[in-house]
Amino acid sequence: MRDTPLSNCERLFLLQAIQEKKRLDGRQTYDYRNIKILFGTDYGCCIVELGKTRVLCQVSCELVPPKDSRPTEGILYFNLELSPMASPAFESNRQSELLVMLNRQLERCLRNSKCIDTESLCVISGEKVWQIRVDVHVLNHDGNLMDAASIAAISALSHFRRPDVAIQGREVTVFSPEERDPIPLSIYHMPICVSFAFFLQGSYLLVDPCEREERVKDGLLVIAMNKHREICSIQSSGGIMLLKDQVKPVEMLLLVEGEHENHSSERIKPFPVLLCFSSFVLMQRKEGGKFGFAESLPIERITALKRDEAPVEMADVKDTAEEIINRTESSTEVYPPGLKTRERSAASPVLVATGTAQVGEGIVNSWGLEEDEDDEVIIEDKGGGTYNHNCICK
Amino acid sequence: MTDISATGQVVCMRGPMELDQSSPVLREYGSEQSLLSRPDGSSTFVQGDTSILAGVYGPAEVKVSKEIYDRATVEVLIQSKMGLPSVRERAREQCVRETCEAALLLTLHPRSSFTLILQVVHEDGSLLSCCLNAACMALMDAGLPMNNLFCGVTCAISKEGQIITDPTARQEKESRALLTFAIDSVEHNVLMSSTTGSFSVPELQQCIAISQKASEQIFSFYRDSVKRRYSKMK
Repeated sequence: MRDTPLSNCERLFLLQAIQEKKRLDGRQTYDYRNIKILFGTDYGCCIVELGKTRVLCQVSCELVPPKDSRPTEGILYFNLELSPMASPAFESNRQSELLVMLNRQLERCLRNSKCIDTESLCVISGEKVWQIRVDVHVLNHDGNLMDAASIAAISALSHFRRPDVAIQGREVTVFSPEERDPIPLSIYHMPICVSFAFFLQGSYLLVDPCEREERVKDGLLVIAMNKHREICSIQSSGGIMLLKDQVKPVEMLLLVEGEHENHSSERIKPFPVLLCFSSFVLMQRKEGGKFGFAESLPIERITALKRDEAPVEMADVKDTAEEIINRTESSTEVYPPGLKTRERSAASPVLVATGTAQVGEGIVNSWGLEEDEDDEVIIEDKGGGTYNHNCICK
Repeated sequence: MTDISATGQVVCMRGPMELDQSSPVLREYGSEQSLLSRPDGSSTFVQGDTSILAGVYGPAEVKVSKEIYDRATVEVLIQSKMGLPSVRERAREQCVRETCEAALLLTLHPRSSFTLILQVVHEDGSLLSCCLNAACMALMDAGLPMNNLFCGVTCAISKEGQIITDPTARQEKESRALLTFAIDSVEHNVLMSSTTGSFSVPELQQCIAISQKASEQIFSFYRDSVKRRYSKMK
């Protein structure tokens, strides 16, 4: 499927609006869209909505042998997928430039910044370490996939709990969540990416571009930062040459992010929000309350509906079933009548050797049996071989 | 109609008592439509804790290698949360695709494609039937012409021979057989069946009869969702 191309008048309209400091959805230049983070029933699963952009992230873990170069460290594996649901332009199993860029930026933001303590993931040095796998699926593309993906990844990592292990010498016992409470990952800081789009040769700047704005941009600057005002990574693409005094005010803006809204509709300030999210969800879990995506269905909306648990009527089920069985003709014969006994026994399996069985014997090989006769004359009649000697020859 | 406001505030845990009920039960289910802005039709369907997000694009351009001269090509893609796609997803995709091909009026759009993408958001049993329900709601949301609606119902036969509808993951693991049927809305016929495990012919017929009864509830839910959605229009 191909995406609808951007028309020239749309492009001109957007650029002119940007010159007049106007945006399509009425935001200001430095405004972020509303962010919503929903957590799922199992640990390490979350959905982030950045305006209309929607991203799903799942964290899982597995015990694997460590890398040879780092025997005492755990492994972090990031995988971002652009689901074909997100945009008609995305195709599954296709390595596009955007995909590579997003994956690489996510890795740099989370792995190279050393926000997760990988030493604590080691179980037996050199033999067994935890591999933490982060799968990010983009569900709806309305611009700024990088920010949404980084928020989803770091929220899911904070929410995730890995199973507890006990080591006795060389033996490792992994406890299930029912036996021992799972342990959270040790996270030093939470880097979040913020994207800035540049227009008209770097003269205009927009924070959190939506999909239409991204199409007309000239360059993109992505900065990953954490609460302690440390820059974790910077990436600039599009060939825009930025002056230092253009980058400085950009950093200041990072701390002025839009207000977040968690799934119980409380307005909370930016960075601390991520720290108390996981604890909020755990509280709900402990109280025995219902949690997960099923609970976050917005039932007040007209497009949503929910039904309670309801029993299925079983009143005349048995009668209906028996009636149908009696109506159909019972066929006890496995083979159609009239089949010769020789062929019937050919259908039962024969054990040829240990581990090898065969059903049927096939046709007897008649190659090379009639070499005495006139070969040149009869060869055409023989056809290609024994398998078609019934159809071609007489 | 159930009291919707009460559902959001009730706090209760799924206790072990509910597993031993003598009559089969359909878990709490719900759905939301038109939640994604890019796909032509989208929906999410939630059955208990199992949650599936579906998006459909169509009728759209199709690759020349896949085009069919007199009808539309249906493509289904099921994506699980973790790991690479495996044969299990392919098998489910085939089940959903064949059901959709039977329900959609494909001859109205020759040389076009309908692409249905299903994302597993959470798995807790009855996955294939939840996929079918989400698919049908997404197709309805996109306004694609259909012969009939369809729904999926999963039945599990426990080791004692008791039939449970809409099983959870734990119930599925402890069952002796698992049967999923796609039922059509007009004549309540079976459009597709996918079974694992061993069961007798009477048990099969009973499961089909129970699925047909359960499908009536799901079809009335579809009708109520659409009624609610267009209730503000004169």
